Amino acid sequence: MNQPIWYALIATALFCIGLAGLVINRHLLRRILAINVMSTGVFLMFVALAGRTGALPDPVPLAMVLTGLVVSVSATALALVLIVRIQHLHGCVEFPEDDA
Amino acid sequence: MTKSDPVRLISVVLTLLAVAVIGLLLAWAVFTLPEQAVGLSSMVSDRMPESGVNAEVTAILLNFRSYDTLLELVVLLVALLGAWYLGKMHLSPEDTKPGLVLEGLVRFLVPVMILVTGYILWLGSHAAGGAFQAGALLAGAGVLMLVVSREKLPLRDSIQLRILLVAGPAVFTLVAGALVLVDKPMLQYPRQYAGSLILLIEAASTLTIGITLTLLFAGGRPHRGD
Repeated sequence: MNQPIWYALIATALFCIGLAGLVINRHLLRRILAINVMSTGVFLMFVALAGRTGALPDPVPLAMVLTGLVVSVSATALALVLIVRIQHLHGCVEFPEDDA
Repeated sequence: MTKSDPVRLISVVLTLLAVAVIGLLLAWAVFTLPEQAVGLSSMVSDRMPESGVNAEVTAILLNFRSYDTLLELVVLLVALLGAWYLGKMHLSPEDTKPGLVLEGLVRFLVPVMILVTGYILWLGSHAAGGAFQAGALLAGAGVLMLVVSREKLPLRDSIQLRILLVAGPAVFTLVAGALVLVDKPMLQYPRQYAGSLILLIEAASTLTIGITLTLLFAGGRPHRGD
């Protein structure tokens, strides 16, 4: 097993950890953290698979990850502002239960 | 937790099972990938002389796929607009005094960070670097100043601030529009000006990214002031 595939498997694991966290946690802050762990897995996958071209990595996925990082940071910031707003309006930041 | 614990436990176990299945499928997909890929490297290196810069990632971001980057700057602006209208900037109360070490460190670090921002922006033309890295560093300096004291970085909702916030996408769009006016396809730079145009767009974007990320950290629009 070569190095890019190994890193891609770690990326898969990160994605799954994030996905499980997203579904299991009800606290909105934890959900945002989980989504960020998932996106880190996706970025790692891109960078890992870019390393399969030989001596120098493929620059196109690297540029796409750079783009994705900025989008993910700004989306996270907007989500955090929304959480603050929800806290302000409802006094809690838990996702409501279905049968509540 | 309002649900009874057994129900909660079952749902957690089912979730973990489903995630495990997804993980196994993904791992299988990874294993079936070819170990060597052709990728787009050769295509990029063939067209590098046309790009106006010597760094492949910068060439892709600002020339070959500049439409993506333009829209990305717009995404950043939209996120900021969302935060801007959802809440006011809220930071620690004014009477909290930062420690001497933190204040001294910031006093020393911020000028250095601004210098390095300029260097990294310039570095983007021939090595790893560019507008996004430089903008992130600038935002780091801004966040440090905000953390130490709100007087250190007097952000006020003024026309100058708003101009800086749209500078990146505005310069980018102006360049695209100007190219259309001189009968070029949109965002396809003439070869002899490509380097300068990229540097111009990157310089404006660095300022915009830095200030936008600082404001997003602050969590909303700053107070009005002139």
